[in-house]
Amino acid sequence: MGGDVESYKTPVGRVQGLGSAKSGFRHWWGQRVTAVALVPLVLWLGFGLAVYGSADYEAARAWVAGPVTAVLWIVALAAALYHAALGLQVVIEDYVDGDGMKVVAILAAQAFCILLAVGGIIAVLRIVLGG
Amino acid sequence: MQTKNNRPLSPHLTIYRPQITSMLSISHRASGVLLALAAVLLVWWLSALAVGPEYFATVQGVLGSGLGRIVLFFVSLAVFYHLCNGIRHLVWDTVHGFELEAVHRGGWIVVAAAVVLTVAVWSAAYLWRA
Repeated sequence: MGGDVESYKTPVGRVQGLGSAKSGFRHWWGQRVTAVALVPLVLWLGFGLAVYGSADYEAARAWVAGPVTAVLWIVALAAALYHAALGLQVVIEDYVDGDGMKVVAILAAQAFCILLAVGGIIAVLRIVLGG
Repeated sequence: MQTKNNRPLSPHLTIYRPQITSMLSISHRASGVLLALAAVLLVWWLSALAVGPEYFATVQGVLGSGLGRIVLFFVSLAVFYHLCNGIRHLVWDTVHGFELEAVHRGGWIVVAAAVVLTVAVWSAAYLWRA
């Protein structure tokens, strides 16, 4: 592509918006970005829940309501459920037969993930605000 | 798609001899789907904490029961397996570790790390419960 305007684009810029669904790169990249973010977040959440999961009510609430932990909880919920929606989509695309069923299953999976993310984030906010 | 298809099919899991590579690959997907479902338990626990002490005690009773602990044990194993094998995938994304020996070694490291982290998190749960 010597001299071509295209050659001024970065490799990422060249593939953005391409692929059979026109959004393949974004899906792939979103999966990786959330994966990297989730490595420390899941380790923190896993060990946090090990310690506070069976704690008494006040101690567990104080942990979630902490100024840092509340933010980490919300980011972890958003990242994990976005990652889950992307991952479930790939599994559905591979194993669910028929284009119609595929779309229905993907939308159902996305609705499932959005409901859980919003429900979880609202719960964190209620805990923080003492509602 | 219901078109007539006479093309050869790839060998099914039931025909192929199980290998560490294929088993860990399908386990990554299986654990991912399981974790999406387990997110319901996470949000349930969190919502109970938002609702009040009585409902929180009820949810803790269910999750802390014998069956609850068994389910949570497998969820924790799935969490750490998916986490460790996910890191293996991220390494592959950098075009490293594709030699057969490295793929096998990485696979066993992932299995060992997942077991160690699962034991560690349950040790923390029993030793440092708040």
